[in-house]
Amino acid sequence: MMNNDSLDPRVNRLHLSDAAAPVIVNDGENWNIYEVFHQEKRGAHHEHVGCVHAPSPQLALVFAKEQFGRRKKCVNIWVVRSADIPAFEVEDEDMFANNADKTYRDASGFKVMEKINKYKAQQRGEK
Amino acid sequence: MQAAITYLLTKMADDALILGHRNSEWTGLGPIMEEDIAFSSMAQDKIGHALGLYSILHEQYGTPDPDKYAFLREEKDFRCCHLVELPNRAYDFSLMRHFLFDHADALRYEYMAQSSLESLRPFAKKLKGEIKYHTLHANAWLTQLSRAGEDSYGRMQAALDECLPLALGMFEQSSFDTELMEAGIYPGEEKMQAAWLERIYPLLVKCALNMPVPAEPVNGGRHGFHTEHLGPLLDEMGAVFRLDPAANW
Repeated sequence: MMNNDSLDPRVNRLHLSDAAAPVIVNDGENWNIYEVFHQEKRGAHHEHVGCVHAPSPQLALVFAKEQFGRRKKCVNIWVVRSADIPAFEVEDEDMFANNADKTYRDASGFKVMEKINKYKAQQRGEK
Repeated sequence: MQAAITYLLTKMADDALILGHRNSEWTGLGPIMEEDIAFSSMAQDKIGHALGLYSILHEQYGTPDPDKYAFLREEKDFRCCHLVELPNRAYDFSLMRHFLFDHADALRYEYMAQSSLESLRPFAKKLKGEIKYHTLHANAWLTQLSRAGEDSYGRMQAALDECLPLALGMFEQSSFDTELMEAGIYPGEEKMQAAWLERIYPLLVKCALNMPVPAEPVNGGRHGFHTEHLGPLLDEMGAVFRLDPAANW
């Protein structure tokens, strides 16, 4: 077994031994990935900006602040454990395949600007 | 009074500069990438705090401009405590030093924000959020590592045993203290130390870490007596600047 005195947890985390032996990951040895969402100003949506890996939600926040909140404007950050985010499988992408054909569902298909402008003009007239 | 204020701001700035330099030595070597970036970023903040204080000193109290004051001063004229001078060892030592120092730093700036010396207040208020993050970071790591098993806990306790006497040296008193206290500029080191202990104690309890007793403070730094480690650090830090002190950067 390779021994290494490195202080780097990436080197020692898995105690990699000979190839035949099963790798056992004990509880707490592997860190979680946390998705990071930042908010540019109060009231705005939190937007996904990337991820950090951390041993706890608290440290994920601490890391995310410097990783994604040290430049430009930021007022708040969310972190969510990636494993806690339910998502569709890649092969389920076909559920969305025909979207492009259904233009009648696009709001852009409705010609309403004329009506809106007419309404606005009417409002101005009343004032 | 000018001498007393110069002493106070110089010791705060020198602490920030030297610890900032030490912590920056972790850049690229941090335990994981995220922590590397966070710790480097805070080291940069510290250098910024030193620059801010050196600028106030230069503009209002007639010390040389910040670069000259930082890079050309003789070792005996530095006022930093021994805690910040020691070389980095394992990460537990650096984290414990960061925890003990930054809580004291936070307190100093909190007092400065209400000091009778008006020129200090805006600067102290400006740094509030930055230092809040530094202590948040330190607390999060301390809690995490103290609860991460026997080995980890043992190392944090050993780091505390080693750092505490050095940390008490942050509060070394001087003949200027009475003058600063009477003028309402600074509450004095005795009071600062008591407030600091009150602040870190509940956090240490939360981590089940034991305060080592009796801890004799390691003094000297505030009076210009330094460890053997400061000289080489100053040589390295100022090497490029001293090639041509008149150069425009």
